[in-house]
Amino acid sequence: MTQPLTLFDKIWAQHEILKAENGLSLLWVDRHYIHEGSFQGFDKVEARNASVARPDLTFGIADHYVPTHARSKPIADPSLARMVQQIVDNTAKHGIMLMGLDDPRQGIVHVVGPEQGLTIPGLVIVCGDSHTATHGALGAIAIGIGASEVSHVMLTQTFWQKKPKRMRVTVDGRCGPGIGAKDIALSIIAKIGTNGAQGHAVEYAGRAIRALTMEGRLTLCNLAIEAGARTGMVAPDETTFAYVKGRPFAPKGADFERAVQVWQQLPSDSDAEFDTEVSLDASAIAPVVTWGTSPEDTLPSDAAVPDPAQVDDPDRAKQVQGALDYMGLTPRQKLTDIRVDRVFIGSCTNARIEDLRAAAAVLSGRKAKVPGIVSPGSTLVKRQAEQEGLDKVFTAAGLTWAESGCSMCIGINGDVVPPGERCASTTNRNFRGRQGPGARTHLMSPAMVAAAAVNGHLADVRPMLVGRA
Amino acid sequence: MDQFKMQPFRKLDGVAVALRRDNVDTDQVIPARFLKVARAEGLGDTLFRDLRFDQSGKPRPDFPLNDPARKGASVLIGRRNFGVGSSREAAVYALVDYGIRCVVATSFGDIFAGNSVNNGLVAAIVAEEDIEKLLSAVEQTGRAEVDLEEQTIKSGNYVVPFTIDPARKTRLLNGWDELDLTAQYQDRIEAFAAKDRAERPWAVPRG
Repeated sequence: MTQPLTLFDKIWAQHEILKAENGLSLLWVDRHYIHEGSFQGFDKVEARNASVARPDLTFGIADHYVPTHARSKPIADPSLARMVQQIVDNTAKHGIMLMGLDDPRQGIVHVVGPEQGLTIPGLVIVCGDSHTATHGALGAIAIGIGASEVSHVMLTQTFWQKKPKRMRVTVDGRCGPGIGAKDIALSIIAKIGTNGAQGHAVEYAGRAIRALTMEGRLTLCNLAIEAGARTGMVAPDETTFAYVKGRPFAPKGADFERAVQVWQQLPSDSDAEFDTEVSLDASAIAPVVTWGTSPEDTLPSDAAVPDPAQVDDPDRAKQVQGALDYMGLTPRQKLTDIRVDRVFIGSCTNARIEDLRAAAAVLSGRKAKVPGIVSPGSTLVKRQAEQEGLDKVFTAAGLTWAESGCSMCIGINGDVVPPGERCASTTNRNFRGRQGPGARTHLMSPAMVAAAAVNGHLADVRPMLVGRA
Repeated sequence: MDQFKMQPFRKLDGVAVALRRDNVDTDQVIPARFLKVARAEGLGDTLFRDLRFDQSGKPRPDFPLNDPARKGASVLIGRRNFGVGSSREAAVYALVDYGIRCVVATSFGDIFAGNSVNNGLVAAIVAEEDIEKLLSAVEQTGRAEVDLEEQTIKSGNYVVPFTIDPARKTRLLNGWDELDLTAQYQDRIEAFAAKDRAERPWAVPRG
């Protein structure tokens, strides 16, 4: 009898070149995604007078610093223009394919990778970005790395890792209407905390996960890092194969058939053991929002802001008070009484076609009381949304239909929430200053952001969906 | 280039500062707007920028690093889950460029801990039950002695053990660059790549 293995174990074993005496494994990298922020990796390669070992397995995408408006004009801010030009120069010099600012495939790296069929099951994928776990949705090991590791991968196509522990998060039951992957992901983080999965590779399993579309699984795995996980993944199945088939860089014909046969062997063996098990009942998950400055500060939208006076640990109480001060909230205030100044629909978390459809379903025929930006996850998502008429729904509601990029999720391309303003956002981090210095972020699903836009305050989207498809 | 050269770490006796916060994310350590700054320019001034300074650029008096008695701090004591969030290695550059050589917490973001060792920064894990006493001791004495070989931190009369991955410890003690370690396995990498290419033809990107 061979030892039962998890999905993670199987892919790990396939990529382990060697295990050194110090316990670290040297892993082969199938795809290395880079973006404008990867420049420090190139700097280290240059410092060694070396070149990129496998440019054919390295893919450049411009997303972090690209403008989402007036793309036909030159970028006004020279420091931003330099960042966008730098990846053009670096990729050209090293013979790396770039989906740059003017490329019709341009978009956010974690949207474009799967969309182009570069991300497929069974691979090891790295990127100098913490949300790389997103790609695990297809049944790959996808790990976010730092700049030194980026340069290591550039030079060797390998990286060192200590094998993480295995965690399985099982979500059984069925989600209620208006509740999706974002609500599941935030509910998991609320349950286990932002370090709950530290040192673990997470496999999401259970009926509610199997029922998710690929877009939903990408959202779920995207947020694995916010629970502290090294990576998040979902076992490949028919949903995965159907998604991959026919995409530009995916295997074709007999190659594809052969790949599917391999991929069908990847799911965890039924008796495989996990170091940690967590379970949630999907039917108990409500539409959630964050109130504080950490993704673990998640509550159902019908709850109230916590009261520091009721927190036992004095340091923790001080931190809750600090978060409330930063967020401009009062203890025990009802979440649905929190007024918002603007909304943002975008990011590698929630800007795929399904996300835009979910927001549009709420906004259709309604007006937003506050301004906001809708930035599709990729230029191809943007085109598809326009074919479906979703752009018209957003603009008719009063929101701005923008180009694709990281935009207001990280606020380094100029799209920022002004100091002190409050934003209902489909993004992944409500950290202090994340969307701009002094910005106040509430995380939630695209449907919930749309509900906040229409009401001008945080709101439960479910009553707004009654009678709608 | 010396700028990227790892320095060995054995012992450190320096000014220490207590930061009583959980979940100090790397967006706090270095706000995103400074990520386009080249390392050569030095990132020490950007460390905890929006926690250290208000929007007019005035130092916030209640932020521990702004205490004049803590000038030149080289040890930072945090709490739970330090360095969570964004993978930005610039968070480590900002700490190192400021002069911090050791960060202590009860847990660290995984990517941050990896980035730390690649820049000679010790990320020391202290048990939940010890962190409070260590924070208090450092607040009183203003100093800490870190012994990486022995895995201890001492502040005044208070000594606590810390944990660190043994492989990372060895690299820090010797100042070894990961790339130099990998170079000795070049043959095995090439052999693996050739075998893998034959076994998994579907894994090569088409297009």
